Amino acid sequence: MTIKKFMMVNRKAPYGTVYALESLEVVLIAAAFEQDVSLAFLDDGVYQLKRGHQTKGIEMKGFEKTYGALEDYDVSKLYVDQESMAARGLTADDLCVPVEVMSRAELGKLMEEQDVVLSF
Amino acid sequence: MKFSILINEGPYTHQASDSAYQFAKSVLAKGHEIFRIFFYHDGVNNATRLTTPPQDDRNIVNRWSKLAEEHKLDMVVCVAAAQRRGIVDEGEAKRNGKDATNLAPGFRISGLGQLIEAGIQADRMVTFGD
Repeated sequence: MTIKKFMMVNRKAPYGTVYALESLEVVLIAAAFEQDVSLAFLDDGVYQLKRGHQTKGIEMKGFEKTYGALEDYDVSKLYVDQESMAARGLTADDLCVPVEVMSRAELGKLMEEQDVVLSF
Repeated sequence: MKFSILINEGPYTHQASDSAYQFAKSVLAKGHEIFRIFFYHDGVNNATRLTTPPQDDRNIVNRWSKLAEEHKLDMVVCVAAAQRRGIVDEGEAKRNGKDATNLAPGFRISGLGQLIEAGIQADRMVTFGD
């Protein structure tokens, strides 16, 4: 099978809309198709990786654990926009998984290298 | 060139489906090929045949069905997203014990693998969303 570079760009907070959850589903399927998958987190999307989701009060299924399980699917390229983190008072220590924090310019370069960019 | 199109928003609230439709028409008019159109997130709501807009407004769903028929387009609705939002064909109705179906002509319900395949097969994947 052809292997292409897929990047899922996550721009929204985890529970306010369904995008984060349904983006994860695409990531898992792309991994099952043995594609070269990476994830980028920017804007409010950085909140998806914030450690300690507590979803009981909003009666929604939490999916923080899925980010930790991505490695089992050979998905380990997680890129986070430094400016988005700084604007929200976050550092890599606040996140639930290891990530590569990079500048917008670097992230832009990475996007340019992709075959398919899916933005959610 | 071979295109795939991803539509992530439902009809009328967002312009995404309108823009995707105009884009698809232009792509075909220029002699390009559309490998697949995939409907995800609220985009699955573009596939309900029960939509009834006012008579002087565009019928987004019928417009898609017509374009698919004219150009033999492969229009796929994500099954998981469709189940969450009540978009049902006969197979799904049977499987999940529902008493009705609402999938419009020209659409079919299938898995997310079809989106990944669309990305693999096309020269360009174009997303329309929020």
